[in-house]
Amino acid sequence: MTSSRKPKIALVGNPNSGKSSLFNHLTGLNQKIGNFPGVTVEKRTGHSQLPDGTTADIIDLPGIYSIYPRSLDEQIVAEVLLDHHSPSAPDKIVVIVDGTNLKRGFLLLTQIIDMGLPTILALNMMDLAAKAGISYDFNALSKKIGVPVVAINARKGVGLDELKKLMVKPLTPTEKPVFSIWPEAESAVKELRATLNVDNDYEAYQFLEQPNSLKFLGAAGQGTVTNIRNKYSFFPGKFQGAETIQRYSFIQDLLNDVTLKASDHSWKKNSSRLDRIVTHKVWGYLIFFALLFLIFQSIFAWAQVPMDLIDLGFAKLSSFLGSVLPAGPLSSLVAEGLIPGIGGIMIFIPQIAILFAFISVLEESGYMARVVFLMDKVMRKFGLNGKSVVPLMSGVACAIPAIMATRTIENWKERTITIFVTPLMSCSARLPVFTILVALIVPDEKAWGFFNLQGLALMGLYLLGFVAALTSAYVMKLLIRVKERSYLIMELPTYRIPKWSNVGYTILEKTKAFVLEAGKVIMAISVILWVLASYGPGDAMSKARENVLEESKNLRLTEQGLEDRVAAYKLEHSYAGVIGKGIEPIIRPLGYDWKIGIALITSFAAREVFVGTMATIYSIGSVNEDDAATIKDRMKEEVNPETGGPRFTPATGFSLLVFYTFAMQCMSTIAVVYRETKGWKWPLIQLAYMTTLAYVSAFAVFHLLS
Amino acid sequence: MAGGSKNVAEMHPGEVGIVSGFTDDHLSVKLMEMGCLPGAAVRFNFTAPFGDPVCISVSGYELSLRLEEAATISILD
Repeated sequence: MTSSRKPKIALVGNPNSGKSSLFNHLTGLNQKIGNFPGVTVEKRTGHSQLPDGTTADIIDLPGIYSIYPRSLDEQIVAEVLLDHHSPSAPDKIVVIVDGTNLKRGFLLLTQIIDMGLPTILALNMMDLAAKAGISYDFNALSKKIGVPVVAINARKGVGLDELKKLMVKPLTPTEKPVFSIWPEAESAVKELRATLNVDNDYEAYQFLEQPNSLKFLGAAGQGTVTNIRNKYSFFPGKFQGAETIQRYSFIQDLLNDVTLKASDHSWKKNSSRLDRIVTHKVWGYLIFFALLFLIFQSIFAWAQVPMDLIDLGFAKLSSFLGSVLPAGPLSSLVAEGLIPGIGGIMIFIPQIAILFAFISVLEESGYMARVVFLMDKVMRKFGLNGKSVVPLMSGVACAIPAIMATRTIENWKERTITIFVTPLMSCSARLPVFTILVALIVPDEKAWGFFNLQGLALMGLYLLGFVAALTSAYVMKLLIRVKERSYLIMELPTYRIPKWSNVGYTILEKTKAFVLEAGKVIMAISVILWVLASYGPGDAMSKARENVLEESKNLRLTEQGLEDRVAAYKLEHSYAGVIGKGIEPIIRPLGYDWKIGIALITSFAAREVFVGTMATIYSIGSVNEDDAATIKDRMKEEVNPETGGPRFTPATGFSLLVFYTFAMQCMSTIAVVYRETKGWKWPLIQLAYMTTLAYVSAFAVFHLLS
Repeated sequence: MAGGSKNVAEMHPGEVGIVSGFTDDHLSVKLMEMGCLPGAAVRFNFTAPFGDPVCISVSGYELSLRLEEAATISILD
C-alpha cells in the first residue's frame, strides 16, 4: 500500500463547491477523461506531484449532495465510495465544502467519515467567508470530526501546498461515527459484516440501503445482501429522512461549537437584483434570445475561417499524398479515404470549441441555471426539460456538440428525448444542399413586394426542422414509459465571473473526447464508403478510361472534361453506383433516379457531400460549392427520360429538400449518439425513425406537387 | 401533513415562513439534503415567467423547484 503504487485521491463535494477548480489546479494539463469500468458516466483523472516526491492520481467525481444516489452521477460516486476493496478504490478522500455555508456540505462530509474512509476536509472560498465576517475554530473543528482541516481558495490556488502535505500524511479512519446505525438494522448489519467481510457498520448499512449501487459485489454478493435484507425485513429508504435529520442536528451542534463569528447570511444579500432582470418575463427572454443569437452567429461566423483552413489543409494534404505516394490501392486509401476521413472529424473542432467555450462560460457564471429556470415550464410540455434548450439551439450549427451538451440533463427520459430530436434541427451541413436545391426550384422573386421567395423557402425549412423536433419530442414523451420521476430541485448558484482557465480546460477536454471517441467510428465508416465508391464489380472500373474514350471519341473533350467523364463513369460503375441503381425502385416513388440515389448514399456520410456527388455525376467536374451556379445550370438541363421534361421538377426538388431536412444522413451524429448513449439501440432507432420520416414526408410532398 | 397548513407553493414573493414538514416522503429527503430542513426559514423569492418553477431561499442557498415540488413543503403559517 505504500510507495510501490501511486496513491489515489478522490475529490468529493457538492456541485458549485469549487471541485473542478481545485482539480484543475492540482493536475494542470495532466488530465484525461475516461469511463468508470462498466458504467456510463465519465470520470476525470489527472496526476499531481506531492511534496514527498510521489505522484498521486487525482480523481474528480461528479458533484453530489448526499451519499444516497438519485441520478446516475450520484450512483457512480456512491459505488466508488462503497467499493473499499477494489484496486481502483481511492486511498484518500478530499471533501470540498463551501466555506460560506458549511451546513449542507457537512451532511456529505459526515456520511463519508462514517463510511470509514480516510478523509481530508478542504474548506473552500474562505476568502468570501471572511468577507462575510464568518470565522471558525479549525482546531476545534478538526478534533470534533476527527479529520484534518485545511482552508483553501480553489480559484486562486491558495492553500494547496498544505492540502498536498495532508495528502502525503497517513490518516486513520475515525473510530466514533457521527451517526450510529438504527437498532432495527443492527442484527442485519452484523450478519452482513460477518458474511461479506465489510469493515465498517455504516458501510454495511449502506449495502442494505442501496440495492442498485452494489454491482461491484457481483451476482453472488448482491444475492447475499438481498437475502439478509429479506431475512430481517429491511426496506431501503425507510430511515433515510430520519438519518438526514439526525445528521443535521449533529452538524448544528458542531457549528455552534466551532463558529467563532457567524454572519447573518440571510437571503438579503444572496437574492440578487440581477435575477430580477435575468428571470424577468420580458428582459429575461430578451437577454436569453440575444445570447442565443450571439452563440448562433459565432458558431457560423467565427468558425468559418478555421473550418475553411482545416478543410483546405486536409484537401492539400490529400492531394499532396496522392501525388507523392506510389500509386496503388493503399496510397489511394490513405489519400482518398483516411485523410479526408480525419479531415471530416477535424473540421468540427472550431464549432465544438466555440460552442463549449460559450456553454462553459454560461455554466461557470451561473447563468445556465437561470436558462433552465426560464425554459423549464415550456419545455416540459414537450417531454423535454429546461436543460434541453441549449442542445436544441446548438443543433442549428452542428448536432455533434449539441448532443454532447445534453449531458447536463439528469433525467434519463428527458436526456434521451433531447438526444433523439436534436438532429432534426437544421444543422449547417444542410445549408449547401438547401441552397442549391432552393435556387434550382424556387424562382428568385419577391413575395408581397419585399420578402425574397428563396429566403422564405430556406427559413421555412429551418422552421420545419424545429417543428419536427418538438413534435417528435412530444410523441416520444407519450411513448416512453419510465417510472423515473421527473423533478427539478436545483440550486441557483450565485453569479460570478467565470474562471478562464476552467473554460480552457473544458474546451480542451470536450474537443479531445470528441476527436478521439467519435473519431474512431467516423474513420471506420469513411473507409467503408471509400471502398464502395472506389471499387466496382467486374472490370468496369479498370477499363473506365478505355470505355469513356470509346464512348466519347466523337466529342472534342478537354483534358479536364475527359477526367470528369472518367470520374463519372467510375462512380456509376462502382459499388456505390451499383447500390444507387439497386435502390432505384425504392426511391422512384419519391421522384428520384439512380443518380440522385448515389448522392443519397454518399451523402449518408455527411449531407454536404450531396453537392459534390451531383457535380461528379453530372460530369461537370471539380466545381467547388461557391460555383454552385454551374452545378445548378447543369442540373436544370438534366432531362427525365420518362417524361421528357426536366429531371428536377418542383415536385422532385421539394421532395429532396424535405428528405434532407428530416433524414439522419450524418455518420458523425450516429457516432456521437452511440458514444453518448453507450450502445447501438438509440442511434439505430433514431436512424430508422428519421429515415422513415424523411421517406414518408418526401413521398407525400412529391405526390402532392406532381 | 397537518391539515389546513400552508405550503411553499401558496406563498407570495417576499414572504418568509418556517418549514414545518413535508407531504412527500420521497422528495423530502432530497429537499432536506439540499438544505430545506424542518425549522429552517424559507423565503419565497420569485417565480419564473409562467409562474413555474419558483425560486426560494433556504439555509443560505437559492433553490429552484417546480410548483408541484414546492407544494410538498409545509410551512407554519
